[in-house]
Amino acid sequence: MFDFSVISQWLHTLLLSFLPEWATILVESVIVALVIITLYAVFAIVLIYMERKICGFFQCRLGPNRVGKWGLLQVFADVFKMLQKEIIKMRQTDRFLHDLAPFFVVTASMVTFACLPWNKGGHMIDFNIGIFFILAVSSVSVVGILLAGWGSNSKYPIIGAMRSGAQIISYELSIGLTMLTVICLTGTMQISEIVQQQSELGWNIFRGHLPMVIAFIIYLIAGNAECNRGPFDLPEAESELTAGYHTEYSGMHFGYFYLAEYLNLFISAGIATTVFLGGWAPLHISGLDGFNGVMDAVPGIVWFLGKTFFVVFLLMWERWTLPRLRIDNILTLEWKYLMPISMLNLVLMALLVAYGLYF
Amino acid sequence: MNLVFQTIAPAELHQEMLRLRQEKKMDFLVLLTAEDLGEEGFGVVYQLESTETGEQVNIKSVCPNREQPTLPTVSDIWDIAHIYEREAYDFFGIIFTGHPDMRRIYLREDWVGFPLRKDDKPEEQNPLKMDNAPLSDDTTCYELQPDGTLTSHKNTIFEPEDYVVNMGPQHPSTHGVLHFRVALNGERIKRVDPVLGYIHRGIEKMNESMTYPQMLALTDRMDYLGAMQNRHALCKVIEEAMGVEVSDRVKVIRTIMDELQRIDSHILYFSCLCQDLGATTAFLYGFRDREKVLDIFEETCGGRLILNYNTIGGVMADIHPNFVKRVKEFIPVMRKGLKEYHDIFTGNVIAHNRMEGVGVLSKEQVIKMGCTGGTGRASGWHNDLRKLRPYDAYDRVEFKEITFTEGDSFARYMVRMLEIEESLKIIEQLIDNIPEGNYQEKMKPIIKVPEGTFYAAVEGSRGQFGVFLESKGDKSPYRVHYRSTGLPLVYAMDTACRGNLIADLVTIGGTFDYVVPDIDR
Amino acid sequence: MALMKKAKIKSIPYEEFNDNETYEELVAKLNENGVNVVVKSLDDLFDWGRSNSLWPLTFATSCCGIEFMAVCAARYDIARFGFEVTRNSPRHADVILVSGTIVNKMAPVLRRLYDQMADPKYVIAIGGCSISGGPFRKSYHVVRGVDEIIPVDVYVPGCPPRPEAFLYGMMQLQRIVKVENFFGTTNRKQKDPYKEAYKERTEKILATQEEA
Repeated sequence: MFDFSVISQWLHTLLLSFLPEWATILVESVIVALVIITLYAVFAIVLIYMERKICGFFQCRLGPNRVGKWGLLQVFADVFKMLQKEIIKMRQTDRFLHDLAPFFVVTASMVTFACLPWNKGGHMIDFNIGIFFILAVSSVSVVGILLAGWGSNSKYPIIGAMRSGAQIISYELSIGLTMLTVICLTGTMQISEIVQQQSELGWNIFRGHLPMVIAFIIYLIAGNAECNRGPFDLPEAESELTAGYHTEYSGMHFGYFYLAEYLNLFISAGIATTVFLGGWAPLHISGLDGFNGVMDAVPGIVWFLGKTFFVVFLLMWERWTLPRLRIDNILTLEWKYLMPISMLNLVLMALLVAYGLYF
Repeated sequence: MNLVFQTIAPAELHQEMLRLRQEKKMDFLVLLTAEDLGEEGFGVVYQLESTETGEQVNIKSVCPNREQPTLPTVSDIWDIAHIYEREAYDFFGIIFTGHPDMRRIYLREDWVGFPLRKDDKPEEQNPLKMDNAPLSDDTTCYELQPDGTLTSHKNTIFEPEDYVVNMGPQHPSTHGVLHFRVALNGERIKRVDPVLGYIHRGIEKMNESMTYPQMLALTDRMDYLGAMQNRHALCKVIEEAMGVEVSDRVKVIRTIMDELQRIDSHILYFSCLCQDLGATTAFLYGFRDREKVLDIFEETCGGRLILNYNTIGGVMADIHPNFVKRVKEFIPVMRKGLKEYHDIFTGNVIAHNRMEGVGVLSKEQVIKMGCTGGTGRASGWHNDLRKLRPYDAYDRVEFKEITFTEGDSFARYMVRMLEIEESLKIIEQLIDNIPEGNYQEKMKPIIKVPEGTFYAAVEGSRGQFGVFLESKGDKSPYRVHYRSTGLPLVYAMDTACRGNLIADLVTIGGTFDYVVPDIDR
Repeated sequence: MALMKKAKIKSIPYEEFNDNETYEELVAKLNENGVNVVVKSLDDLFDWGRSNSLWPLTFATSCCGIEFMAVCAARYDIARFGFEVTRNSPRHADVILVSGTIVNKMAPVLRRLYDQMADPKYVIAIGGCSISGGPFRKSYHVVRGVDEIIPVDVYVPGCPPRPEAFLYGMMQLQRIVKVENFFGTTNRKQKDPYKEAYKERTEKILATQEEA
């Protein structure tokens, strides 16, 4: 399997050869930041296009097909338009908070985005407390949403923001518990380590069998709720709150929320891939060496993206099929079902690990 | 039918009404409308019906004072009178004493004059105003003192500390330009106050200066999802008044068309409800099948939505040669579609959670509030006019009147879904035996309706759609009033929504199935 | 020589559009003083973006609204043009399809919605009622054409117009958007012929109000 760290090491030594160390790190940070922002934009475009096409096909429609071949340029047109839409300044709002909110949301999702392991050796942020870090930064977005609701000085956004607060904070619990279940199995929080383990010992969802499958399903539900997408799209519930917390945003400020929504979907799927489906680790079936060899030949990034987009597809399918829940349903689901189940699941996992009953 | 009125003096009105309600069990106020009698003052017409015996009584009361017409309210006897009396006040300026909420309902609060009075010149007094319409938080209640003077006091609608959210006029789930002012306590609804009139086009007033065939065009545009049935009702009342008997062929065609329209409307109901609840895909499935109904309409009538098909004494054109074939092809397609709807939406646990036990209305409540149609039937009120007073070809077909007893949103939803199946059955029974005959009776070039007061109703897609017609023997009517199917439903929103969550308002509104231009007229 | 921009719309040749005269007049007016080559190509880029991403506001008052829903649905599928992102909040929308009668009570609301939209914004008047009052023209409570209150870019007649007419109207709007000047004109000088006309009308209405 190709190790991306070869390239980064090479770049590092190259820069060190003519720059002092602090400058090297600075240059590298800038490069990484640029890469993140570019990838972020590219993935947003890909995801929006994907969503519009997939939703079209689910609904017996064609989806965008006039702008460019198969409508490929559709999202670019949207981006150009969005860039030069007017940003409305409203009276009687808290201008500072109102304008700050989208950046909170976007920054939170960008930092989380940077934690994803793209390939062997191809991760941008890799701490020994990686998972903990992801959980921490991804919850910053709720602050952005609450600020958006508060700063707009409007009634729908504040209801949307309050709903979002209640929802995201509740579902954090399930996510945290499922992550604990994973950590229980892997014994580490470092993302690169988790994936490395999976590439050697098999994907977590197979290694940890029953409790891992349960954790995976709970994660999918809770992750979907985290990114405020249907059927959990209450904070922006179109038919109730017109557009929820971002009702009063126009132009690119609204664009940031829109981008973050899609990227959060991707991140959510990416984390599921990383911790459950082996990240960039190829599919290995013990005993079939020829098959494993072929699988190894596929680059890690393809594996990662392939699995992630598969999970994204699952989430989109869910979104376009199910009706929206109600706020009390959502909280009941979390507090009465998902959280107790994930707690039991954690205990189960701990028992399995203690007795070595895993692959 | 020509209405025979029992005239009651204003002073005894309330007592007499109370007696009718209690002794004769007249529990359903079908119609309450006013008319301008010129020199004599203003007349208010009440049509009462007993849901047990089916007996009907028509009552008229005249208030002779044109300057300050007053009548005692009956809103304490029949809840629905609340909104009907506000309508009469808005149009004629009749003050109902004791009514707790005498505000204008359709027109702006700063509107001058009462447009349906014959001597009123609404346009001269009311130029287009571009400032925001005033919405007051309190209302007036008038009382008639024994010495004949009128006193008033204020009633509060919303307290200053209430968190009032405006839902509408532009809101995706109010199905048009309906405006609810909703007082919230967190996510719970404390009170719903509907503000109407954002699509009040003054159809009733316009009709007074139109000839009868001209009037027909406007009915289609009132409840555009019941275009066939609305027009059917108007044609029916004119035909009955003139004593025109349409041919058997026309009767069968009208029945089939009404049922197709009902299917069309119910599919749209399903689609919009799904959209409101966030199941977007189901919305498109509904529309996919609805296009097939529209194709059938288009071939015969030429229109998709506004059909202009029924005429006085028949229908506009004979059915298209493909009609029978197309309808027969459509029936199995629709049955398959229905199965798909149930798979994707009805069986869904989220849908159940959101609809079951939400917005419950008891049978007494729906009768008191006059909620006919599917909403009433979901609460166990047998109010299907096709069964109660069969018209056209309904007496020769077999179908079930779908009723539930739960009265919640899910029951209302199921009534519609099952009614599609019943409608398919009706069409199936009729489509093969459309009798031969004229599709249009020979009518005089100028149609004049004999003097009298007439009322006819049909079972529209969302309830009893009635036309009240007062004629003085001219070529245009003296007064026309349409019994809106949606107005009682909007009135019932407050009762059904209180204590529920804001998301339930969307569900309840969706399952009530009102069409706003039909409410506002 | 002024550089004439002519919009190309996929699958409908220029000649087959109706009312090319008005269109050419508009193009001539916009290009009166000639255009800068660099600016024009940037303009083209933005106009291409704008014209292909006209997000409609979900706004419907009556019958035409149902036809609008049909346009969004499976058979006519407005998504092909990229217009399916119907936004419920006027702040996110680019175009308001005034589908249905606008009555006196609704007029200030419509104007407010229009004012709430972010520039660049466009208006399509759908159906007889919003063009002139339609069958309700004689009523005491109907606005005789929405162009009395907001500037209209495209009129789509019909009662209600067929879904195909909706799409055609949207394409006409695309043509108009495609010749707009973004740099230098629309954004700076505000010499948009539509807005001028709109101003005149507003003043007229205000004057009549004051008289009353």
